[in-house]
Amino acid sequence: MKAFAKRYLPGIGQAFRASLVLMLVCGLAYPLLMTGLSALLFPRQAGGSLIEVEGTPVAAENVGQEFQQDYFLWSRPSACHYNVYTENSSGGKTYRDGTPFPGISSGSGNYGPSNPALAKRVETDIASFLERNPDIRREDIPTDLMTASGSGLDPHISPASAEVQIPRIVKASGLSEAAVRDIISSCTGGKLLGIFGEETVNVVKVNLAIAQAMGLIQR
Amino acid sequence: MLQLILTMALYLLMVIPAGNYLYHIAAGKHTFADPVFDRVDGFLYRLCGVDPQRPMNWRQYALTLLGANASMMLLGYLVLRLQAVPLLNPNGVGAMGRSLSLNTIISFMTNTNLQHYAGETGLSYLSQMLVITFMMFVSAGSGYAACMAFIRGLAGQTGENVGSFYADLIRITTRVLLPFSMLGGLVLVWQGVPQTLSGNVVVDTIEGARQVIAMGPVASLEIIKHIGTNGGGFLGANSATPIENPTILTNLIELYAMMLLPGACVITFGKMVRSRKGRGLTARCFGMEGRTVFAAMGILFVIGLALCFWAESKGNPLLASAGLSQSMGSMEGKEVRFGIAQSAMFTTATTSFTTGSVNNMHDTLTPLGGLVPLLHMMLNVVFGGKGVGLMNMIVYAILAVFLCGLMIGRTPEYLGKKIEGREMKLTALCIIIHPLLILAFTAVAVGTSGGLAGVSNPGFHGLSQILYEYASSAANNGSGFEGLADNSLFWNLTTGAAMFLGRYVSIFLQLAIAGSLMKKPFVSDSAGSLHTDTPAFPIILVAVVYIFAALTFFPVLALGPIAEHLTLFA
Repeated sequence: MKAFAKRYLPGIGQAFRASLVLMLVCGLAYPLLMTGLSALLFPRQAGGSLIEVEGTPVAAENVGQEFQQDYFLWSRPSACHYNVYTENSSGGKTYRDGTPFPGISSGSGNYGPSNPALAKRVETDIASFLERNPDIRREDIPTDLMTASGSGLDPHISPASAEVQIPRIVKASGLSEAAVRDIISSCTGGKLLGIFGEETVNVVKVNLAIAQAMGLIQR
Repeated sequence: MLQLILTMALYLLMVIPAGNYLYHIAAGKHTFADPVFDRVDGFLYRLCGVDPQRPMNWRQYALTLLGANASMMLLGYLVLRLQAVPLLNPNGVGAMGRSLSLNTIISFMTNTNLQHYAGETGLSYLSQMLVITFMMFVSAGSGYAACMAFIRGLAGQTGENVGSFYADLIRITTRVLLPFSMLGGLVLVWQGVPQTLSGNVVVDTIEGARQVIAMGPVASLEIIKHIGTNGGGFLGANSATPIENPTILTNLIELYAMMLLPGACVITFGKMVRSRKGRGLTARCFGMEGRTVFAAMGILFVIGLALCFWAESKGNPLLASAGLSQSMGSMEGKEVRFGIAQSAMFTTATTSFTTGSVNNMHDTLTPLGGLVPLLHMMLNVVFGGKGVGLMNMIVYAILAVFLCGLMIGRTPEYLGKKIEGREMKLTALCIIIHPLLILAFTAVAVGTSGGLAGVSNPGFHGLSQILYEYASSAANNGSGFEGLADNSLFWNLTTGAAMFLGRYVSIFLQLAIAGSLMKKPFVSDSAGSLHTDTPAFPIILVAVVYIFAALTFFPVLALGPIAEHLTLFA
């Protein structure tokens, strides 16, 4: 026992000492330093790039939101409904389709490519989309608008997906088609250096601009 | 197409200087930043009570690594179990359960970073920093240290001494991981990744409902997660979320962060081991032997990427028959800002470089698109995680040399050393352990109710989910077919075992091979030698890797993704 202790104890002590030092350096000093530097250099982004209207935050620039009104641009389907919920008077929280809100999450339904439930969800979504967008033909619906994103928080849709929603938005909002197109193109981001990534329309920004143009919220 | 080619071209431009810098650190050579780092390191050595000059043989080195990792796991486990305390816990997260804590701590120590919890609700900020961020540094550092010891063994110029584990661990942390992370992390914040200690924000939405938005010290974790080829993430859907990965620029930074150092390890290897003098640009940049290994890995990577991109571009016939145009490709589970090309790139890279963070959901990939990440984790040699992929590839190189030697009747030699019985036995063990873990555990899961309870998709895809989970565990990757309901006692314990054995048994065997080779005298180059620095050898190496994978994994792949593809496209 004594021989064992003599042989191994220094090694074990050394291991714990080094582990503790590295834990404090990498696990505490480094993230705290980064938090301080970020708050100093990029305070808005470090705090989540929140968008405020009249002093209260209504959305984050990078996080999508669920939209149901005909005069707003719609986001892609999301298994977690973009963490958008309502609270009734007794404090019960539900998604806006009535199912219980389990708390903050992210991700998709993870349907495999051959899962019949995937086809069923897409068919249901297409049917309700066509019902509320009578001017659009089934084959003109872009792929991204009826498929769920990986995060369930995708703030973007493709320009084609914005395009097919213009007739509905114009009809429901009372804005001119040119005004809606202007708003969408001002919220469309290009590829990085014209090469990397895809063209994207930021749904949250578009709807903020629509709401402002309609006078629903202050500028 | 063009953006994929450019993405890879940029990578080649960056990996060469990174490899050169890493070589200087591994070999203890002078670098421009020494005056600063020597002081920092000296201070840390004193604080830890480490003598950086103390030599270790391969056994001592491996045992020290094991002991250090064990004590890190114990400290981390305690934090997870006690995280409910109101310290850096603004969202009021409770303590983590026993089996889940065990799984999590093994997962992060072994550089796997498989997550059976969702970060939003499973971890306090204290745990995200003190356990997850910490482990991301030291698990990467440990893998790199093992690889450096392995290369020193192969280079065989230091007698029995393969270096000091603590010195390697501290040097890589202070000279590479910390400075790269701070720089990259600030760029991520600039692009919109949060870095704050305040809790989640609830906003009143534009339509008058409520939305809760995740916050936290995300950027500091996000960057080391990729630089250390760790994986997992702050949030459940990790790098797919616009919180961890908001723009195409952050996506590229995260992509390059994970690709840079594994590639640099190959260059370090090429510069450190003994080889014939080579002329020409590639030989100077990669070293003669490094060039061979890099080329073989590169070929495997490009084949995988091409297959994944092609499969995803074709879309999903199931949705086409449901009446949804597939002109954009298979967009289910993918983000609009990344599209098909950058999603296929990230998927292939994260499983080749064994990072395991995802920018799209792998469960929703088309069958062949999902076959690529699965296969690359099964091969576990396509660059691989920090250092470990290189060690695996060298083992395959030894096997290739041996097979060629048998075929053409030459003495098997590698890096100037004779390959004999002992090395071949260790090599065989090393190559067998990985498929054994994957296939045996898959068989157990398929045969028990505890295993089958996790499966969430019907048909052939269900088998792929199980297979993927164990391939990811054994390869220390950490990505998942995330539909799998994996937070159960069965899945926590079996994947924990697969991760643990996949990591430490392999490292131990590989260091044993190096230890055995370093004792042998160099043989002089003769007409009978089979050269491994010729253009033909990478091709042989690729063939050996594919043939071995086909022999072990083809039957199960045929039952999983291939069967799913055939039924879907019938």
